[in-house]
Amino acid sequence: MVTIFNRKAATRDAPQPNDKHRLSRRDLLKGGTVGLGAILVISGSSIIHPEFAWGLDTSNLKPETMVTLIQLARDIYPHDHIPDRFYAIAVKPYDAKAGEDAETKKLIEDGIADLDKRAGKGGYIGLGWEDDRLAILRKVEDTPFFQTVRGGLVTGLYNQEEIWPLFGYEGESYSKGGYIARGFSDIEWL
Amino acid sequence: MAAPYDLKDDSVVVIIGSGAGGGTLGNELAQKGIDVVILEAGARHEYEEFTNNEWDSFGQLAWVDKRTTSGDWRVARDFPNLPAWIVKSVGGSTTHWAGASLRFQDHEFQALTHYGKVKGASLLDWPITLADLEPYYAKAEDKMGVTRTNGIAGLPGNNNFKVLKAGADKLGYKDCHTGNMAINTAERDGRMSCQQTGFCFQGCKWGAKWSTLYTEIPKGEQTGKLEVRPNSMAQKIEHDKSGKVTGVVYVDKDGKQQLQKARVVAVAGNSIESPRLLLNSATSMFPDGLANSSGQVGRNYMRHTTGSVYGIFEKPVHMYRGTTMAGIIRDEARHDPSRGFVGGYEMETLSLGLPFMAAFLDPGGWGRSFTSALDQYVNMAGLWIVGEDMPQEDNRITLNKNEKDKYGLPIANVNFNDHPNDIAMRDHAYEQGKALYEAVGATRVFPTPPYPSTHNLGTNRMSEKAKDGVVNKFGQSHDVANLFVSDGSQFTTGGAENPTLTIVSLAIRQADYIAKEMSAKTI
Ligand SMILES: Cc1cc2nc3c(=O)[nH]c(=O)nc-3n(C[C@H](O)[C@H](O)[C@H](O)COP(=O)(O)OP(=O)(O)OC[C@H]3O[C@@H](n4cnc5c(N)ncnc54)[C@H](O)[C@@H]3O)c2cc1C
Ligand code: SF4
Repeated sequence: MVTIFNRKAATRDAPQPNDKHRLSRRDLLKGGTVGLGAILVISGSSIIHPEFAWGLDTSNLKPETMVTLIQLARDIYPHDHIPDRFYAIAVKPYDAKAGEDAETKKLIEDGIADLDKRAGKGGYIGLGWEDDRLAILRKVEDTPFFQTVRGGLVTGLYNQEEIWPLFGYEGESYSKGGYIARGFSDIEWL
Repeated sequence: MAAPYDLKDDSVVVIIGSGAGGGTLGNELAQKGIDVVILEAGARHEYEEFTNNEWDSFGQLAWVDKRTTSGDWRVARDFPNLPAWIVKSVGGSTTHWAGASLRFQDHEFQALTHYGKVKGASLLDWPITLADLEPYYAKAEDKMGVTRTNGIAGLPGNNNFKVLKAGADKLGYKDCHTGNMAINTAERDGRMSCQQTGFCFQGCKWGAKWSTLYTEIPKGEQTGKLEVRPNSMAQKIEHDKSGKVTGVVYVDKDGKQQLQKARVVAVAGNSIESPRLLLNSATSMFPDGLANSSGQVGRNYMRHTTGSVYGIFEKPVHMYRGTTMAGIIRDEARHDPSRGFVGGYEMETLSLGLPFMAAFLDPGGWGRSFTSALDQYVNMAGLWIVGEDMPQEDNRITLNKNEKDKYGLPIANVNFNDHPNDIAMRDHAYEQGKALYEAVGATRVFPTPPYPSTHNLGTNRMSEKAKDGVVNKFGQSHDVANLFVSDGSQFTTGGAENPTLTIVSLAIRQADYIAKEMSAKTI
């Protein structure tokens, strides 16, 4: 199972020995971890965002796969004001699905492996410029892998209520009495 | 209250579907003292249960049983198993609908006469005229509380409307206002006024928007003459040796097959399920399907020529606040072939919430061209195009030979190709929509492709002659006297107007006719 856990940022001086997910700064600097743009860090089966204090566990997909999947999600639907956490939430169901269904697991692992292969040394997330990654995506956009991930994001990303305010969409309004007294006709610039 | 009728009671009128057509017909007959059973495939959700959340509401109300598609329309590619966005629930699509309630124009009832023969189109005149329907339009407008009729004030315009109106003024359009809406401006008929919540497509939690769910159906039930049976999916209409229909086989709420006997059967399952049911009712006596001696059942499927235009502005609009369809421009609804097509179209404001916008703005789209549009969601205004499309013989509902539903009956396939007239009209409308928003300072505009069909019409069409259509001018089968069609599938042609007011008017008229024929014992 994947869990997304919000956590307080790990501080250098206060290691939390009871929390096996929590990483000390020393852990982060240790070898054997992979960084995505020096932001997402993999440790064991966990993906940690040390700066913004959230993490994610994988149990069926390789953690490296999940990190690349998160980057892929952002490259498909790039919103520069939307933090990684929401992209991670959008793609995390693939980890559970990969556990239930070998075909899904293969689709995702093979799809990511293919992106890495096309990218060459350093893999997909090693490509620093979005344009370089897009050049690869344009070649695979008709594959079932790409279409599955893209299709899933339409609801997986945009149906997260927490991101609506970031687009200025106010969501549910019945409980607030609608907009009759809250600006349904407040436009002034016309 | 609600009368439970015996399955063997063969004196009842059985109506299939509780939406605009079926719900209205049921109440009208009950008011006249006629016993009615409505079989409704969907569940009963009262309006308190509706939710201000697009996908949750879709899951609650929409018809998601599998259908297949074919043809060159983009919906077949983007939504291969969702040709139509309609409802499976008590109240039918009048739970989801926006409320725009327009009368047809005179010439639209005589499309063939006015437009002439159009290559590739199966145009036909309706067997009725506007004058025939006017008294029923008046009754329907009163029943539904349509704004700008019966002394009812128009709704106040929201931000999306104000942008539309400013653009309309710039382009010199004259006929632009906040519409004829079946939405209460003030309390009326025991229902409260619109609170501008902006979730008309998700079912109005205030009951301000007319829906058969909380108007016609409870009123009919109060007479003791109407029983609505939810979770009851009609599978087949039965007939006797003389060719008269005798009852309806359906699957009940527990998944058990039942037979409800009937004196009269009225089909109102919307334009995909109604022909499917008739085709699935084929017997040795009616090998091509019930009521189908003309071969027209399922043909001439129309969905209106639609599309949307969204514009992005420098400053906020908040189009999602307030009524979804908040205003209209009618200037292009005229028939004026100098524009390069026959028939006309309406432009009506439309707004989608962020989740639906992501799904429908450019289905399949990705990358920054797409996301930078959504980034400007707050600064967007939108309008929907609804115009007359050409009926075509091969735009049709057929039974899918390879796929069956969970009860073993073939599912429907929807085949649709745009007619060149449809394309010319859509292109014209895209240009006008673009010009309109640019005139008020839009920095970017999006001609958005048609959504899955919300208006589904024509698949059991009315005709003067039995060989040209399925039903006569009262919606009565040309072949089987006690079988009626009571929904939008009766439409001979589509007109430029949203169809529901016409569906309701036809149902009121049909109720008078059925009552008269029943007392004359001809049915
Ligand atoms: C989002 C949206 C917005 C719309 N806005 C407008 C608008 O502003 N103005 C307008 O005029 N129109 C609008 N419409 C269209 C309008 O809702 C329909 O035209 C109208 O409701 C159709 O009426 P109907 O009786 O043909 O079918 P429906 O209202 O769809 O009712 C059919 C019912 O039959 C049931 N049924 C089907 N098959 C079976 C079966 N085999 N057994 C039992 N029950 C069955 C269905 O479950 C359904 O409840 C809109 C539609 C949608 C989806
Ligand atoms: S905007 Fe008005 S009609 Fe639409 S759902 Fe809200 S209250 Fe109902």
